[in-house]
Amino acid sequence: MSAVAPPAPSAAPPSPPRRSARDSSASWRWTDRLGLAFAWLLGLTFLAVTAGIVLYMMVQGIRFVRPELFVTHPAAGVTEGESGGFLDPLLGTVIVALMAMAIAFPLGLSIGVWLSEFGRPSWLARVTESTIEMLAGSPSIVFALFGTLIFEQGALAFLSRTNDGVVYGRSFFAAAAMLSLIALPLIVANVREGLQAIPGHVREASYAVGKTRIATTRRVLLPAARPSVVTGAMLGVGRIIGDTAIIVILLGATLRFTEAGDVPLLGTLKGTGSTLTTFVYANAPTGEINQPEKAFAAGFVLLSMVLALNFAVDIAARRGRRWR
Amino acid sequence: MSTATPPPVRRLPLTGAEAQVIEPAEQPTVVMPAGSAAPGVGAPNFVSAPRRRIDSSPLSVDRMHVDQLSIAYGSKLAVKEVSLPIRQGEVLALIGPSGCGKTTLLRSLNRLTELTKTASMKGRITLDGEDIATLEPTALRRRVTMVFQQPNPFPMSVFDNVAYVLREQASRRPRKAALQGAVRSALERAGLYDEVAGDLAHPALRLSGGQQQRLCIARALAADPEVLLLDEPCSALDPQSTQVIEQLIVALREQVAVVIVTHNLQQAYRIADRVAFMYLGELVEFGPAEQVFGSPREARTKEYVSGGFG
Repeated sequence: MSAVAPPAPSAAPPSPPRRSARDSSASWRWTDRLGLAFAWLLGLTFLAVTAGIVLYMMVQGIRFVRPELFVTHPAAGVTEGESGGFLDPLLGTVIVALMAMAIAFPLGLSIGVWLSEFGRPSWLARVTESTIEMLAGSPSIVFALFGTLIFEQGALAFLSRTNDGVVYGRSFFAAAAMLSLIALPLIVANVREGLQAIPGHVREASYAVGKTRIATTRRVLLPAARPSVVTGAMLGVGRIIGDTAIIVILLGATLRFTEAGDVPLLGTLKGTGSTLTTFVYANAPTGEINQPEKAFAAGFVLLSMVLALNFAVDIAARRGRRWR
Repeated sequence: MSTATPPPVRRLPLTGAEAQVIEPAEQPTVVMPAGSAAPGVGAPNFVSAPRRRIDSSPLSVDRMHVDQLSIAYGSKLAVKEVSLPIRQGEVLALIGPSGCGKTTLLRSLNRLTELTKTASMKGRITLDGEDIATLEPTALRRRVTMVFQQPNPFPMSVFDNVAYVLREQASRRPRKAALQGAVRSALERAGLYDEVAGDLAHPALRLSGGQQQRLCIARALAADPEVLLLDEPCSALDPQSTQVIEQLIVALREQVAVVIVTHNLQQAYRIADRVAFMYLGELVEFGPAEQVFGSPREARTKEYVSGGFG
């Protein structure tokens, strides 16, 4: 980089030239400068589009969101005044997120740890890896259809409603089970990445004082990878609360909770319901309820939840100190 | 094992003049090389420099024996039929150019080489007469602990870094209160206690580099090992931290057998009692530091210690 300096009589070493990107690009070839300009243009366009979506949703949302919407059950109605709030969809979102994460988090954590730290036999590790990649690449509607196939089986009748011997196959259980599959790849990938970012000598330092692989993973590696684990979990939650297809097909997307059976909590979980995504879907101008104000309000709440999660991911990723 | 009592360790009685003379905080004892080891022709110029210690300890005793050891990674031989003793009361320095097998030899002493899938080993290493291949790796590694090139404290408090070693595997027991004494003594032996005493709950990764490395030494000492392996422990540190750690190593040799891999010949000269020069996997020369540096027997050693190659 630095030009050959003439043999200066002074003893001071030549300081390396510090130049900003703009200064240096002036000396570039015109094709490179064009490329740079194009990259800037695309970046700014992307930023503008994203900011536009978020700002529009925020503005519209704030116009229509009212505190009573959070505590009012949704109702069938033809005007905005009659159609109630979104208490049930909001609770539904929270319930599916909790249930799906209860499945996906332990599973994803174990798979990520196994892939990174054990991974034997190696053919099984390879198969697991490609399976996870396949899950990550599949559209959620495919999982939804597959879910109906599974949960309509007689053996799984206890997880949903049964009418005249016909298993309905739609319930919070069914939806959560399939939603866990779309969160799983994110959790596995982040756990694995976090563990693999830990230098090998840190593992060896633990083995070198007589610790086993399991003790090392439990006490040294997982605490060190915590920011990544948290990131994976939050991204997983984001995927879950943002999914619509599985909710429509496997949760029934009924406006209110519809219990199956008399047991209080179990009845709800065996029954159908909706989430904010399907609520927005139904209330959008093209949806069957068509109450756009409600759709904007619910969309605003959903967007706020996702933004809050992303913010939390940022904080989690920044925490923790690394080895050199 | 339900308690954290380390396995019984055979200790040497600490008697003799040296046991009192050497303190980590004390001014390094400066002695010129004795006449018997007068620098020979072509000896490196640092051979007349001060050393940190008096002479070979009169109390040294054999702890480990490496016997015709060969280690290969796949088909590549990294260590070729090396035999040498490791003695408590002495610091043994392994020197040699990069890739000469010194780190592999060091790692084989507590069977860390086994973690490399392709590594295979021939020969015998004994610890107090027992073949280490017959010991449980976890038990062996508590008796032969290691400090690495990069300071690598665990992402927990200073206290927990040391306590982790004392606790059984992944257990959280014994509790903090029961370990105060042991943790303190390990930190004291590593010369770190006075600096961290005020806040043992401080995150270890926020200590300075030199402090981190001393914490790693404290951690390695907490298991009450018989042999301490150091793999270029000062290469990531500034000169001041290096000096502190060198004094520490010299002081520790009474309690544990110390083996140090170093690229820094001056360092080897300053702190080692015995030096093993390795080249291309072979042990070329092994002997007292004054002899290896002052009047090397082998031409390759002479060339290396006088800066000819490597």
